[in-house]
Amino acid sequence: MEILIQQLFNGLTIGSVYSLVALGLTLVYGILHIPNFAHGALYMLGGYITLSMMTLYGVNYWIAMFVSIIVVGLLGVLLERFVFRLLREAPPLHDKIAAIGILLFLEAFAQFVWGADFHTMTSPYGQVVNILGLTFTLQRLLIIVSAIAVMVLLYLFLKKTYTGSTIIAMSQSREGASLVGININKVAMLTFMISGGLAAIASSLASPINLVFPGMGHLVILKAFVIIILGGMGSIPGAIVGGYILGFSESLGATYISNDYKDIIAFILLVIILTVKPTGLFAKGER
Amino acid sequence: MKILTKRNGIIALIIFAFSFPFIAQNDYYLHMLTLSFIWAIAVYGINLLSGYTGYLSLAHAGFFAIGAYSLGLLTVKAGMNFWLALVCACLITCALGFLIGLIALRTKEHFFAIYTLCVGYIIYLVIDKWEGLTEGVRGLIGIPAPGNIGPITFDTAASQYYLVLIFLLAVILIVYRIIRSLTGRTYMAIRNSEDLAQTIGISTMKNKLTAFVLSTFFAGLAGALYASFIRFIGPDIGSTAIMFDLLMYLLVGGIGTLSGPLVGTLLLVILSQNLQFLQEYRMLIFGPLLTVIIIFYPRGIAGAFFDWQRKRKDNTLSGVRGELHIKAEEG
Repeated sequence: MEILIQQLFNGLTIGSVYSLVALGLTLVYGILHIPNFAHGALYMLGGYITLSMMTLYGVNYWIAMFVSIIVVGLLGVLLERFVFRLLREAPPLHDKIAAIGILLFLEAFAQFVWGADFHTMTSPYGQVVNILGLTFTLQRLLIIVSAIAVMVLLYLFLKKTYTGSTIIAMSQSREGASLVGININKVAMLTFMISGGLAAIASSLASPINLVFPGMGHLVILKAFVIIILGGMGSIPGAIVGGYILGFSESLGATYISNDYKDIIAFILLVIILTVKPTGLFAKGER
Repeated sequence: MKILTKRNGIIALIIFAFSFPFIAQNDYYLHMLTLSFIWAIAVYGINLLSGYTGYLSLAHAGFFAIGAYSLGLLTVKAGMNFWLALVCACLITCALGFLIGLIALRTKEHFFAIYTLCVGYIIYLVIDKWEGLTEGVRGLIGIPAPGNIGPITFDTAASQYYLVLIFLLAVILIVYRIIRSLTGRTYMAIRNSEDLAQTIGISTMKNKLTAFVLSTFFAGLAGALYASFIRFIGPDIGSTAIMFDLLMYLLVGGIGTLSGPLVGTLLLVILSQNLQFLQEYRMLIFGPLLTVIIIFYPRGIAGAFFDWQRKRKDNTLSGVRGELHIKAEEG
């Protein structure tokens, strides 16, 4: 029983990180219909920037995370402006390949600047807390709480603010949004900024319990794709729910099935879903 | 009588390719060329599916690895004759390709790319973790070189070069015949608009599946040749890094063109051999290159060349027309 609760807690932690990454991915997909393969590289870069802010400049964890959000967010804006905007009228194949090119570049860049070694990020929240006889590390609790806070803030931003609703409008219909006078280019850049920021938050939160290395985004991005297919491409609640579903199934699978093959669970899940329903679960009607 | 026709150019290239071992008395160049020919065969496979049929598959490094491992396991562990193992390796890849294609091709566009990316990753993970069969990360060692055909042996660099060259020429010929036939036109119809193709009575699923199986066949063939050429294989040959390499060869050379895969592969393999000092960081150059090419030259070097040629032809044509016009006015 204790193991089960511990594993559920772990699932909640991993799920929170997955949800944050998937949210960024789904936002971009929702408005531009680009499956951004480079999102994993943005995640990786976020981890590195937080890490080097902390080690090189000795700044506080939160400030380092803030810097990382800004930098990765701006990088997202640059990608939109100089790559994806030029490809807006191109066939869908081109977006994907351009995104792969960016991914390859960013990974090589990280390896060039920080080396191929694995780094550990020491968080100020390494303490262990005891709740009802179960032990949790503070960092993991922090991940869950911050991730939920970010999701709530994002939700409020999208639903309650004027700027946020322009994003929703554009995801519903690009032409419609443009007709009522929404500046599509601005909204696209804003979305890429938020998406990059979410990736940076996710990696800054997750790095203390994982490691920082150039390939850290690989599995995360693949799983994020699985999540948004699970939750419906472009659907925001879907990304959150899907993230937690995958988090739970992985942590339970690792304990009760096989630790070696836990990474494969997500992909088997995807293969099964797409086999049964080729357009993904909860797909909105054909566009 | 023009000498610089396309046909003569191709004949000259083939003669050059066959005489290369006599010109370059250097095993290193031969080795490099043989390797790039092997990659090119796999790239032709991807091109048939992604370039002509319009389905971006990210699983082909996995099929390449399946071909390589099938040959390796059949020759090393089952002690099978090389040529029989080569045929079996291709058949195994095709069979798996058929099963995967049957499911994967139900999805479209982005879903297909993501689905195949995940399939590729599963193949990689299975090879990596299934130590009982594949020896896991230790890899397969001691794969025999191609066996003799009668008096012909394949123990020198030059003979292996010829073997791979002949396979490559056969692959190019097959692809050429396919895209010039009704089948090829059908693939292009599917690429341009699947709905439209269906309305005019094309069985899209059947055609997509043949294209998929054919392209996995080429990938598997390339993998099997690779295994017998390098004689050592590890799970890394199925990794996404290899997949992205192949994709880059295709894109730089020209997706959806016949000469693109060869041009791109030769150029990039030779370039990265010369940038050896950059080996780990070559993506710093190639990554942005890939992005820039897809934005400005979506059909790669070959496509850009054909566009330029056509433009020149148009210009000379309009020039001729202009002259005629002037003459008519004068007359």
